[in-house]
Amino acid sequence: MTEANLIKIGMADMNVGIGGTLLRTTGLGSCVGLTLHDAERQIAGMAHIMLPSSEIAREGKLNLAKYADTAVPELIDRLARIGADPRRLVAKLAGGAQMFAFAGGSDSMRIGPRNVESTKHALALRSIPVIAEDTGGNYGRTIELDCRSGIVSIRSVQHGVKEI
Amino acid sequence: MNMFSQDADFKMDVLREVGNIGAGNAATALSRLLDKPVDMAVPKVNLLPFERIAEQVGGSEAVIVAIFLRMEGDAPGNMFFLISREQTRHLLQGLLGIDAAADGDYSELELSALCEIGNILAGSYLSALADLTGLYMSPTVPSIAVDMAGAILSYGLLQFGTMGDDALLIDTTFLHGSQESEGHFFLIPDPDSFEKLFRALGVPI
Repeated sequence: MTEANLIKIGMADMNVGIGGTLLRTTGLGSCVGLTLHDAERQIAGMAHIMLPSSEIAREGKLNLAKYADTAVPELIDRLARIGADPRRLVAKLAGGAQMFAFAGGSDSMRIGPRNVESTKHALALRSIPVIAEDTGGNYGRTIELDCRSGIVSIRSVQHGVKEI
Repeated sequence: MNMFSQDADFKMDVLREVGNIGAGNAATALSRLLDKPVDMAVPKVNLLPFERIAEQVGGSEAVIVAIFLRMEGDAPGNMFFLISREQTRHLLQGLLGIDAAADGDYSELELSALCEIGNILAGSYLSALADLTGLYMSPTVPSIAVDMAGAILSYGLLQFGTMGDDALLIDTTFLHGSQESEGHFFLIPDPDSFEKLFRALGVPI
């Protein structure tokens, strides 16, 4: 695995890759890392989703990768454009943690679980199955997706590395 | 942000002064706690892309100790007190005589002590700010996390998230005596709070 094949994805960002490419996003807290994979074509994509719904957006030009409800269709479209079949796509999710524990806790404190719920809802609307997930908890995650195999390796400070 | 379309430099200067006064008060509190001099750098005020916020403390994957609290009241926002694990060890040693493990597996007592330190410092930061502006500001109960900087700080960016892909950060660095370790105070006022801060300080909007 050479670094040349590594594509880094920032916060509220997305990208796609083919074959030996690795897609990576670091420091997922309450954000959700969504991966979509077409095994037959070995095409995959990743989005670093920050907020559950674009309805709350007040920005001029919408960053589609930022919101669960807009990131899912956009990522599917981008994968389709490079040859993936949307009907074959399967999803994996990581992140959506609750980094800080507060007694009571307002709605914004529950942002992690809400990001996960909203992403799943958007996937269900497009009939894309979630085949694996590592969500929730109270810790950060860095994820790396192998576009060939669709395997996602997840690294965290307390729990080391695991694959889904 | 539209707020900064006019007199941006002057407004940044005002925010720098806000950070200076708040963090100055907090540095004094820390110095009293430790009974040692604590130096402070001039605050940096920047509108930064989300990605670059974590770079201020070593990158998205750097493990840091973070005490987070929300400031509520007239001008809400998020506040972080961020220290490295190395400095956390010095703090615990200096304050309580506890020899914390270097690997960062903290006991309940240690976490609670750190949270309290964060509480005291953030409280002095905020009370200086409240005195300066005459605004009502009240901190929530603090919460602590030891984790990747990116994962922790993204939590303070949610309010900015709906507005765009940048956040305005008031970052003050603490230099703790001869030990070459530093700590950071991050103040990230909610986007809507700037107008209130500026009005309270008599800055023309």
